[in-house]
Amino acid sequence: MIEVKNIHKQFGDVVALEKVSLTVDQGELFGLIGPDGAGKTTLMRILMSLLLPDSGSATMNGLDVVTDYKKVRLITGYMPGRFSLYPDLTVEENLKFFATVFGTTIQDNYYLIKDIYQQIEPFKTRRAGKLSGGMKQKLALSCALIHKPEILILDEPTTGVDAVSRKEFWDMLKRLKEMGITILVSTPYMDEASMCDRIALIQQGNLMSVATPPAMAKSFPEDLWTIKTRKIYNTSKSLEKLPSMISVNSFGQLLHLVTPKGVYSKDAIQQFLTQNGEVEIAIERAEATIEDVFIFLMNKPKEKS
Amino acid sequence: MITKEPVITVKNMVKKFGDFVANDNLNFEVYKGEIFGFLGANGAGKTTAIRILCGLSSPTSGQMTVAGYDVFRQTEKIKQNIGYMSQKFSLYEDLTVYENIRFYGGVYGMKVAERKAKTAEMLDRLELTAYENRKIGDLPLGWKQKLAFSIAILHSPKIVFLDEPTGGVDPITRRQFWNLIYEAVEKGITVFVTTHYMDEAEYCDRVSIMADGKIVALDTPEKLKEQYNAANMDEVFLKIAR
Repeated sequence: MIEVKNIHKQFGDVVALEKVSLTVDQGELFGLIGPDGAGKTTLMRILMSLLLPDSGSATMNGLDVVTDYKKVRLITGYMPGRFSLYPDLTVEENLKFFATVFGTTIQDNYYLIKDIYQQIEPFKTRRAGKLSGGMKQKLALSCALIHKPEILILDEPTTGVDAVSRKEFWDMLKRLKEMGITILVSTPYMDEASMCDRIALIQQGNLMSVATPPAMAKSFPEDLWTIKTRKIYNTSKSLEKLPSMISVNSFGQLLHLVTPKGVYSKDAIQQFLTQNGEVEIAIERAEATIEDVFIFLMNKPKEKS
Repeated sequence: MITKEPVITVKNMVKKFGDFVANDNLNFEVYKGEIFGFLGANGAGKTTAIRILCGLSSPTSGQMTVAGYDVFRQTEKIKQNIGYMSQKFSLYEDLTVYENIRFYGGVYGMKVAERKAKTAEMLDRLELTAYENRKIGDLPLGWKQKLAFSIAILHSPKIVFLDEPTGGVDPITRRQFWNLIYEAVEKGITVFVTTHYMDEAEYCDRVSIMADGKIVALDTPEKLKEQYNAANMDEVFLKIAR
């Protein structure tokens, strides 16, 4: 279990984390979702005892990350955002090194990494620096797991990784969670939110929302419409003129239009678009995605407390 | 305005590193004025191909031209006619916004008057005029990426290569970035882009997908979805690249 209470961290004038509080339950797969610079890495580095908070406190399975930092390091596995294994050591040597540092052996905990490590075992004599992105990521995860940690902290493990490898990686995390490991993982990819038990949306050092992915989607307070059109750009420009419209954004082949709750019907929007010369338009009511929620919360002016 | 006039032609392109075939007989054309999405799994050979097309690496064999110039013999000409930006490195963090622009303008041999006029216009468009004396390192990532793109097209290249330009960028800035791409296309610039965001694949006029050094699919997003019976490009990618 991870408990974060009022953690505040500033670098000069820049507020990296603004009084952040958060609880990750035992055995939970928790996602920290936000763009670069939101504060994800700072929070993780504080939890890993690599950085001291200005104020506030945090515990990992009851151990304080400042006063009990040595014990915290023994029960946690960490995968930093930047590849940080030894490029001149082979795959096997890296793994052996991490096992030895934590006073264990590869054999002792092999069952834990078997699924993941087997995929790179054919290359175990290759130097880590010569591995492809997907393989580096699997080795880094194996090294983070080899001392059988109770908590895993993964900083953007899927950034820059292709869609196929990303999906495989999340399948691996699900299996680790089933073994009882508490996992805190960060990602800039909003579509990965649905793989988590709960998520926090983070932006400019603030947690904008914390909930299960379905609850967060349901919490969307306004009406959301998907609009299919042949001319995304033109239709989008027309929709910007819709009175009291909140936002219109492209989502792949569709436009997502947000209007105040209960103000428009499908027919009314259709009529507006027809009057603006738009043809061959298909409008549907839709449930918000996590990315819709994120954009909505980002646009919302900060409430002064 | 998309034409059928090719600005990049690739015929039988092969690149080997020792025994390893990174690009295994690639064949495709990129048309003037289109947004060409260049997708593929990590290690599929995308970066190798981009480096060759930018004149940074020499292919093993094949007949390729970029902006009308030969990739074996006229790499300097190619470099003058393209723009390039990547996620990993784009601008000098220790230089200010203005210094970066001046530096790149100089590298691309722009005339001072032209550079000054375009700089003012660009900073105004990006709403960055007030920040021209800030160091790049102090700017948020999203601003940097928009600025890096604008600098990459400052000298009005025929083609701009974008290597994962939106990685890690917030969802609003990501969309603003694509608006800048559309504006560049309006000015007649051809865009060659790689991305891991599959919703962005939908914004391309045509998309190619690489796997194991080969191009395994190339068509409009609409036709690819039809062909692979997929609801979106994410599904197409998972079906092809696995």
